[in-house]
Amino acid sequence: MTGLSESTSANRPAARAGSSATIPVPGEKRVFMTGNEVVAWAAIAARADIMYGYPITPQNEVMHYWTRLAPKFGKEFLQTEDELAAGFTTIGGVLAGKKAFTATAGPGNILMQEPASMAEMMRLPVVVVIMQRGGPSTATVIYSQQEVILTTFGGNGEGFRIVYSTSGLQELYDYTIKAFNTAWRYRFPVFVLADGYQAKMREPLTIYDPLARGMELVPPEQYVGRPGMPGVDRPPGHYRNTYNTEEELYEILQGHVQEYERVAPEIMEHESLETEDADLLIIAHGVVGRAAKQAVEQLREEGLKVGCFRPVTLRPLSAGALRDAVSRAKRILVVESAYGQLGKLVRDALCGLVVEMFSLYKPGVGVTPEEVVIRSKELIA
Amino acid sequence: METKPHKFCPGCGHGIALRALGQAIDELGIQDRTVFGCDIGCSLLAWDFFNVDTVQTHHGRTTPVMTGIKRANPDLICIAYMGDGGGYAIGSQHLVNAAGRNEKITVILANNTQYAMTGGQMAPTTLPGQKTETTPYGRDVEWTGLPAQGPEMVAAIAPEGAYVARGTVSKVRQLQKMYVRALLNQIEGRGFSFVETLATCPTNWRTNAEKTWAFLEKQMPEYFRVGELKVPVTTEETLKSADSRRRPEVLRKASRRGEEE
Repeated sequence: MTGLSESTSANRPAARAGSSATIPVPGEKRVFMTGNEVVAWAAIAARADIMYGYPITPQNEVMHYWTRLAPKFGKEFLQTEDELAAGFTTIGGVLAGKKAFTATAGPGNILMQEPASMAEMMRLPVVVVIMQRGGPSTATVIYSQQEVILTTFGGNGEGFRIVYSTSGLQELYDYTIKAFNTAWRYRFPVFVLADGYQAKMREPLTIYDPLARGMELVPPEQYVGRPGMPGVDRPPGHYRNTYNTEEELYEILQGHVQEYERVAPEIMEHESLETEDADLLIIAHGVVGRAAKQAVEQLREEGLKVGCFRPVTLRPLSAGALRDAVSRAKRILVVESAYGQLGKLVRDALCGLVVEMFSLYKPGVGVTPEEVVIRSKELIA
Repeated sequence: METKPHKFCPGCGHGIALRALGQAIDELGIQDRTVFGCDIGCSLLAWDFFNVDTVQTHHGRTTPVMTGIKRANPDLICIAYMGDGGGYAIGSQHLVNAAGRNEKITVILANNTQYAMTGGQMAPTTLPGQKTETTPYGRDVEWTGLPAQGPEMVAAIAPEGAYVARGTVSKVRQLQKMYVRALLNQIEGRGFSFVETLATCPTNWRTNAEKTWAFLEKQMPEYFRVGELKVPVTTEETLKSADSRRRPEVLRKASRRGEEE
């Protein structure tokens, strides 16, 4: 049993003053980790400064690993009273000019949408990691892909945020690092959308120091507390999300629209497999995208012309690339652990194209490659 | 510190409270490292009022935003300014937990006994029998409970080191002193500081000047007792050690202590 005084003193800033470890991951290292652990390591590698969090399964171990790593690297953690506070304190961290993040899931993601909408309106680079669990309501603590619409278009706005859907733990590491860069480069809130399977499963992956790989880490900037006397040496920072007139708001939102549309092509990412000559195109994201890819490999071995399109960014969605791939196929099959949430995004992106659309929707449960193979064969036969 | 003309209704208490707060900031010489957060409700009208960095947040969420800033940069002096609805209803969990954690921030809460910006609905602070838009026959405590006593609650849950007081815009010098003490408590890193401020709202009270003042000076303090509820010993010592004429200088020195270390 660890002594109480010992463990609490390690959490105090004074105890950390001596921590000189600045290189979180020396070079490259092969590891066998769970996804939650991967997120904590990636945030350290991205030089995140502070995490604010509230317990909810299946993301808890992000906090568990962060609180173990943070004191060693001079970083901070605050456990808040709920996800509203976790999101709004993360906003505070960003305003103070720190790389701040939080992680949540399910009902916590619902509460997270309030701070996310403020971040969206004020273009604040918060980073939120979501480990999807079953829904609606409390449902399961295990797994789903049912937070796609919530994460891409949650809040009382237009969904001006960036959502990366990862398919495994190497990507979880890569895209958690990337999320901080994207957030601070473009100043839109960024979500890393994973799920309970990725959170809890263990996989081999390579963790690395992005600087050692020659990657750029976009530095944060202060919104409040800049040097100098406000009103004398510099204008005071006056930040708001409330507007008096329709015209005033419209002008602000037009700016957001133009900026989001301008940067979207730089942000959009997707992965495609055997789409060139595919008669049947499977569309899936996240871990289900992995099942789809395996199914495609098996079906190709059997001589069947099946391909797979996996959007990595669900928002902004690579609509152009998706339309290209779909326009070459006779039929599409949308596969997801939800009842048509990716399906909605896909239909919206494909509006105007003529193609037969089929689905394999399994809300709240996993999808195996075998199931995708069987469904695909039904559609090809 | 320069300010703009305020945008509140004639007779509103916010202007007086904010003036006292501005003078407290000047007295302590902390304008360059103050972050002022304002809530939703009439308090948001102060979003560009002061020549200090200001963040207007969501209803009830100013406490966590200021907490987040303070945790990320403890050198800044973070003030969360809100109304009674923001602090005691929609944001009560944030007030309770920030106080419980002894967050080194200052919360200033204007209590005008109702939701003013939305048109005068009952708030947690509405007095028994008081008429509002959602209690048109008067607040019935059998159905809606008794008015919230915020400072008493905060004083009960906040650990040692917290500063808790209730002032009123009818006693501006006392109010400003409370703001100075609250900010000093944060500057010296002792703990949470909280000042409820009794404020007027003639627009929604539908009162003339005389009745407005009578409600503020007589009826409100009968339920909401004005005074300090929790004062850290060291704050008293700092203030006593300062000669009245030299006081601003001593306070300024105290407020810089953190930077010199």
